[in-house]
Amino acid sequence: MENFTPISAAIGGVLIGFAATLLMLFNGRVAGISGIVAACLNVRGHDIGWSAAFIAGLVLAPMTASLVGYSMPAPQMPDSWTIVVIAGALVGFGTRLGGGCTSGHGVCGMARLSARSIVATAIFMATAIIIVALSRHALGV
Amino acid sequence: MQMLAALACGLIFGWGLLISGMVEPTKVIGFLDIFGAWDPSLAVVMAAALGVSGVGFRLVAARQRPVFAAQSSWPTRTDVDAPLVIGAILFGVGWGLVGLCPGPALENLATLAPRVIAFVFAMACGMGLHRLWQGLRSEAAVRQPTESIVDG
Repeated sequence: MENFTPISAAIGGVLIGFAATLLMLFNGRVAGISGIVAACLNVRGHDIGWSAAFIAGLVLAPMTASLVGYSMPAPQMPDSWTIVVIAGALVGFGTRLGGGCTSGHGVCGMARLSARSIVATAIFMATAIIIVALSRHALGV
Repeated sequence: MQMLAALACGLIFGWGLLISGMVEPTKVIGFLDIFGAWDPSLAVVMAAALGVSGVGFRLVAARQRPVFAAQSSWPTRTDVDAPLVIGAILFGVGWGLVGLCPGPALENLATLAPRVIAFVFAMACGMGLHRLWQGLRSEAAVRQPTESIVDG
């Protein structure tokens, strides 16, 4: 557990929970990122304005954080292009079919003790753990 | 005002992902890799976020209406159905393969890393494919209520 960073994880988690609470307080919306992306892609919908603004905030966050000394290095993704594209498509399709992702189900839904969100979170976590176990240990890809 | 509020929430959410290290796919894989050098950080992020939003949602739910909107869109469904289960499995496969879920993927666009751009593009295509498929299905079936943001 040499990579465990409990303090920064707790601070970051508090900020995420705070952001989710504020979005509910101000706009009455669930801070589920996959849902927000879908709302932003729905060009004929009524939610394009605020969803685009939320995504803009997310993308601008590293830039504003760099003003106070937080740097964001380029992500390490050693995976092949094929894997990256397949994974992206699965995340997009899967989160819409299942109605949410790590934020919508994992944070917002579980905070409401929603049965759907608890089941979804348990399933996507278990699946991802199995995939990592298979790809990093069993198959050695 | 709704757009300004959403922008501020996106920024705070992004800072949370950044400070917690959840923007790094390797850190997320470290959590999912329970048979390797396990890093429980993601569980701490989730617990802290749940603690704050659990209390926060309770306080917000006591209000009549949101500050800048006519009404709150609290999810109402409670049934666990096949699409929920299958969708969660598909998402889990994609998440486990590269360690990116939608929030960190979008935030990583700021680095202009080509693989991140490809991931987000494929993600948008996956969502579009789901929309198309939903449209075809609801055309075929008798008018079913269209699904939008079901949970989040």
